[in-house]
Amino acid sequence: MSTTPHDLEELVTQKYRHGFVTDIESDTLAPGLDENVIRHISRIKKEPDFLLQWRLNAYRHWLTMPTPNWAHLKIAPIDYQAISYYSAPKARTDAPKSLDEVDPKLLETYDKLGIPLHERARLAGVAVDAVFDSVSVATTFKDRLAKAGVVFCSFSDAVQHHPELIERYLGSVVPHGDNYFAALNSAVFTDGSFVYIPKGVRCPMELSTYFRINAANTGQFERTLIIADEGSTVSYLEGCTAPMRDENQLHAAVVELVALKDANIKYSTVQNWYPGDENGLGGIYNFVTKRGDCRGANSKISWTQVETGSAITWKYPSCILTGDNSVGEFYSVALTNHYQQADTGTKMIHIGRNTKSTIVSKGISAGHGQNCYRGLVKILPGAEGARNYTQCDSLLMGDRCGAHTFPYIEVKNSTASVEHEASTSKISDDQLFYCRSRGISQEDAVSMIVNGFCKAVFKELPMEFAVEAQNLLSVSLEGAVG
Amino acid sequence: MLSIKDLHVNVGDKEILKGISLEIHAGEVHAIMGPNGSGKSTLSQVLAGRDGYEVVSGSITYKDQDILALSPEERAREGVFLALQYPVEIPGVNNVYLLKAGLNAIRKHRGLSELDAFEFLTLIKEKMKLMQMDESFLNRGVNEGFSGGEKKRNEILQMAILEPSLALLDETDSGLDIDALKIVANGVNSLRSPERAILMVTHYQRLLDYITPDYVHVLAGGKIIKSGDKSLALELEKRGYDWLTHPQSQKGTTTGAIGA
Repeated sequence: MSTTPHDLEELVTQKYRHGFVTDIESDTLAPGLDENVIRHISRIKKEPDFLLQWRLNAYRHWLTMPTPNWAHLKIAPIDYQAISYYSAPKARTDAPKSLDEVDPKLLETYDKLGIPLHERARLAGVAVDAVFDSVSVATTFKDRLAKAGVVFCSFSDAVQHHPELIERYLGSVVPHGDNYFAALNSAVFTDGSFVYIPKGVRCPMELSTYFRINAANTGQFERTLIIADEGSTVSYLEGCTAPMRDENQLHAAVVELVALKDANIKYSTVQNWYPGDENGLGGIYNFVTKRGDCRGANSKISWTQVETGSAITWKYPSCILTGDNSVGEFYSVALTNHYQQADTGTKMIHIGRNTKSTIVSKGISAGHGQNCYRGLVKILPGAEGARNYTQCDSLLMGDRCGAHTFPYIEVKNSTASVEHEASTSKISDDQLFYCRSRGISQEDAVSMIVNGFCKAVFKELPMEFAVEAQNLLSVSLEGAVG
Repeated sequence: MLSIKDLHVNVGDKEILKGISLEIHAGEVHAIMGPNGSGKSTLSQVLAGRDGYEVVSGSITYKDQDILALSPEERAREGVFLALQYPVEIPGVNNVYLLKAGLNAIRKHRGLSELDAFEFLTLIKEKMKLMQMDESFLNRGVNEGFSGGEKKRNEILQMAILEPSLALLDETDSGLDIDALKIVANGVNSLRSPERAILMVTHYQRLLDYITPDYVHVLAGGKIIKSGDKSLALELEKRGYDWLTHPQSQKGTTTGAIGA
């Protein structure tokens, strides 16, 4: 390796740019978890009894479960009693009705993150439901969406205004006892987003939620539920950023998608939680359960994720292809730098006839980063004519990082067709020198090469976010050398 | 324009260039010839700023500045261009995108306005005609799936767009059939100008049939052992390199040695 390790060090040790703490008084519950804490959360949120019982069931189930250890991750033990399970910015008791009512400091925070809420909403036609810690503080474009019959609100609002939808669909894709972190989430989730698209409606704009962890020692447990009724279409984007802290913070979210007959859901994530410093200190534990159910015939669910942040990422956005002719897609870019670890991938469960799934995964490892693709393609006996295509590529930068691929394939129907392609490559000195000898700086060259590597995924992102994702990648990786 | 003085270069512990001196003026075309392993490619790589070569002593001055202090991209912005012997593939990165980024980085450095997508497209289409390249090239990844000939044509296309003051052509003729060679040579000839110097590195005399050099140097064992005009190339074609590298042992002509 002729390029100086010195350069590599310097370029890879890019500082996290979103690390600041907003000084806002918070209503924070003392650390610890027991049934009283859950009752307290439920009471604060004025929840109906069925929800409290659901939470308690989840909690009791969680207590019986062991911590999962099958992933290719090194996780320091988590003290669940040291976490505070509720934190809300202290302001007024009723939620703000418009941006004018939002604490200016919060808006400043969003500005620093590069999310000028009103500007962005106006220019890009994006409705943003911003979740600050556990409570939703601003929802824009509600009126326009309401006209189309679309419900887009915080999960807490939905519990108050659409309890019948919550009761019917909550936990119908990810049951409360599904896995350790989903069970924990089901017990203590505090807020999140809720979307309902009525029959035959094409959602008139991209829906977007920015989550942000602010208060120290606060776990964030959001719950997102999106229901696309028959023949409807929606595109949803979540972006995540967290401030810099020495301790690890736990983020255990659950996202459930339900696509009924002929419905189409596109769910895109740009995840930029704090990854920890260059020595692996601090950073978010991002243990997320995301699953979509193509419940009706001809429905489609497409996951696109760009994962550049978090100390540890453990997530497998999946599709249950129940309806005949339903389509599941998973496009992923996961980047690990410094001491970041990612174990991510998807599950495609083919149940209906002629179901089709596509998996494109691009893993980038730099520094001491460990990146692992784990995917399951399961074709059940009834899935006549099912098809899957999987492409799984890894890019390595430097000689201290790792890339791992664990594809699981279970086929129980002989008419199915399953394809798997995988590759591992490095950014070569030759590629870098080639670009530089054309006048392009080393940083730009790396970013160009990495973006080229990720092209197949980026083109799936909504236009305005594709640019953001490219910039994010460049910032996270300026000039790491192969 | 370019002045190389007593240049010694190591790769690892091995001395590859053992005291090279060379003067190149604007408007001149120089050819460096020599047997395999003589250090020809090392010279062009060192001039372009490739890592992994240690300059032990000597100097390279380009337009009155010490080029060794500059990074490869800074050299490119100052007008140095290297057409590589083996242009590399960069999957997923569009050809046009790379070239536009390069040209604009160079223009910015020179205080010129950056070209927008439309202006750049106009420019590149004009240059593509010169190199007889198909429009489909515009949508392809950098050298991705290119044939050997397409890669070399792409190099000269890049040269035509970046308009360097000093062009280094490293074995640009290797791997080309005669038709492709003519197109490439024609492209290079059209870029000859009084302001531009060209340094060609080649193993074979063949390229020089189409691009006539003003000076020919023979590099062997890390040293320039003979310099002359284009007639020297013809003599090499007839006699091979042995009469220069092993003057005591040579007898008769050994044309076959060139192609060995």
